[in-house]
Amino acid sequence: MLDASFQGPLSTTVPRQEHATAAASRPAASAISIQGVNKTFRLPHQQYTTLKERALHPLRRTTYDELHAVKNVSLEIAEGEFFGIVGRNGSGKSTLLKCIAGIYRVDTGAISVAGRLSPFIELGVGFNVDLNARDNVIINAIMLGLTRKQAQERFEHVVAFAELQDFMDLRLKNYSSGMLVRLAFATAIQVEAEVLLIDEVLAVGDAAFQQKCFEEFFRLKREGRTIVFVSHDMYSLERFCDRAMLMDHGDVIQIGDPHTVARAYNELNFGQLAHDAPQESHSHSGTAIADAWFENERGERITNISQEQGMRMCFEARFGEALEEPVFAVTLRTDLGHTILVARSDQHGRSSGSFNPGESVVARFGVPNWLTPSRYLLTPSVARAGTGDSAVALVEDMASVMVHGPTSSGGILELPVDVTLERL
Amino acid sequence: MSAAPELGLPAPRRSTPVSHRVYAPSALGGGLHRFWSLTFMLARTEFKLRFFGSVFGYLWTLVRPLLFFGVLLLVFTQVFHVGSNKVPHYPEYLLTSIILFTYFQETTSGSVASLVGRENLLRRVRFPRLAIPMSVALFSFFNLCMNLIVVFIFILASGVKPRLSWLELIPLIALLITLSAGVGMLLSALYVRFRDIQPIWEVIAQLLWYGSPIIYTVQSVQDKHLPLTGLSFAHMLVINPIGAIVTQARKALLQPSAPSAAATLGSEVRLLIPLGIVAGVFALGLWYFNREAPLISEKL
Repeated sequence: MLDASFQGPLSTTVPRQEHATAAASRPAASAISIQGVNKTFRLPHQQYTTLKERALHPLRRTTYDELHAVKNVSLEIAEGEFFGIVGRNGSGKSTLLKCIAGIYRVDTGAISVAGRLSPFIELGVGFNVDLNARDNVIINAIMLGLTRKQAQERFEHVVAFAELQDFMDLRLKNYSSGMLVRLAFATAIQVEAEVLLIDEVLAVGDAAFQQKCFEEFFRLKREGRTIVFVSHDMYSLERFCDRAMLMDHGDVIQIGDPHTVARAYNELNFGQLAHDAPQESHSHSGTAIADAWFENERGERITNISQEQGMRMCFEARFGEALEEPVFAVTLRTDLGHTILVARSDQHGRSSGSFNPGESVVARFGVPNWLTPSRYLLTPSVARAGTGDSAVALVEDMASVMVHGPTSSGGILELPVDVTLERL
Repeated sequence: MSAAPELGLPAPRRSTPVSHRVYAPSALGGGLHRFWSLTFMLARTEFKLRFFGSVFGYLWTLVRPLLFFGVLLLVFTQVFHVGSNKVPHYPEYLLTSIILFTYFQETTSGSVASLVGRENLLRRVRFPRLAIPMSVALFSFFNLCMNLIVVFIFILASGVKPRLSWLELIPLIALLITLSAGVGMLLSALYVRFRDIQPIWEVIAQLLWYGSPIIYTVQSVQDKHLPLTGLSFAHMLVINPIGAIVTQARKALLQPSAPSAAATLGSEVRLLIPLGIVAGVFALGLWYFNREAPLISEKL
């Protein structure tokens, strides 16, 4: 079934009609049904790993820390659905996935799966750096549930997809990390199952190969396979998933459309950062920046925002001295420290007026949001007139905002583009 | 996982697949086919890796027991005079029993840390857990087969004529594999909980080596009796399944006039004791492994 549609890089764009229609005409039955699943790990304080210790202290009761990794999770995933699970580290998402895969035993509750289940996909399981690529592909494919015969039949496809024809007899030791993940991904997508469980493997390698990976995922989606994947990457979540779930400390926080869940995730991650104490502040003569924040067009404070929704960068300054025509400015940087823009209140020769000690002012800088999905940091400052660079108050990276959305072209900005083609 | 087909041709997609419960990983769940292909793949990989990058490659597996054999032969024929004149075909017997014991030793010692060593697989993929210790037994079996070729060349070169009774070696090796696999399952699962299984087993294996008629024969201790019991040392040696196997192998391969395991024990019914031990160890190993299987991935 895979063979027919998988003849090389380009064939992935050809939709498999029968699968698509078969998947569409079927009523959405439940592919995965999770009912009241709990999973607790017992982490002993005093680990008895030797018989001697046990023999010496037969009566000492071992005390345990109970780590309640998954708390009473109930969930139905429909057939053909692409379902994402997100959450911070230690939120229980991978544990839940491993419970579905049958790697961990659930304490209470039941999990049912309709159809064949992939034995859990993580890249390169069973890879051995001392063997050549050929052997490793076969080993990995067998680990993923293929028979030796199937693995050998698909070997050529794997090689072609990974574009590693010339390196098949090279030991993995000598592979670059990029080549390694390409090989692993190419093998992983050969898996024979209606229900796929994937942990953090979307889109690997360089930009061109990432595009191929995405096409493969769309192909799987078209074929009507049910896919559950765990990710930290909101971009792939919003791009692929039909539905998503946010977990935190073992609890289900939210189940809904990926966009909403991605926002909730960002809120969870970066929400508290927005109003953290000033990190690196220097202010002279008592003039201080009291607060900085991002707000949306309705004037509500935000910590994350969708692409293309306008936003305002704001801060509140309190004057400790009398200042004539001070310059209010904001610098917006990416979290890598690249400056996206510097906006100043004197940009168009506008007057800011004069301020007395004790006075406060709120400065707002509205911008259209053409930023690529990422995290951005705001540095507000106040400077004397004319000088510009000698700030009387400046706080580095005082507020942050998460921009999320479906488009990421790879650049810093997603400017609206007007495309015309003129045939000559 | 129960009876759901994991492999084979894709099921027709038009029919809605039957929903089935997902259980914790088990010793054998997921179908025998998958179990076998994993076991074979793991053993084959191990085999490839073992001699990777060495000039003589596979020959080293032969060299080790052969060198050991040479040293023992020298010591026990030239220094201690155990074999030489008294025991016919002593060198051939010594080599055969060393090779058979090597299989037991390799399988059991290799199994001990096998689960812990494969942690990355156990935590990442669902597969029948039993494939791991079984792949160790299979890997050692590859070695055994290669070693047996040398054994047979050696036996033929020493002037022993092939006989139909040589075929007895097949059930004997089957028994040896059953015993070794049983011990291997038990040890690998125990080691997950108790890390001192490794040194303990090293000592026990050493004791078994001396407690089995390998460098000596059952006849050499026939007339020595244990106090209080009516048992001779020879009885004890053949109650030990390894002793029974090598004693029987000696009769079948080398010397039809040598005492069989049954004769050493006194009656054929008593053969049930070593056979029972083999069956019991295997059953115990399988039971314990099966009991621990669902939790192995958490307890590592």
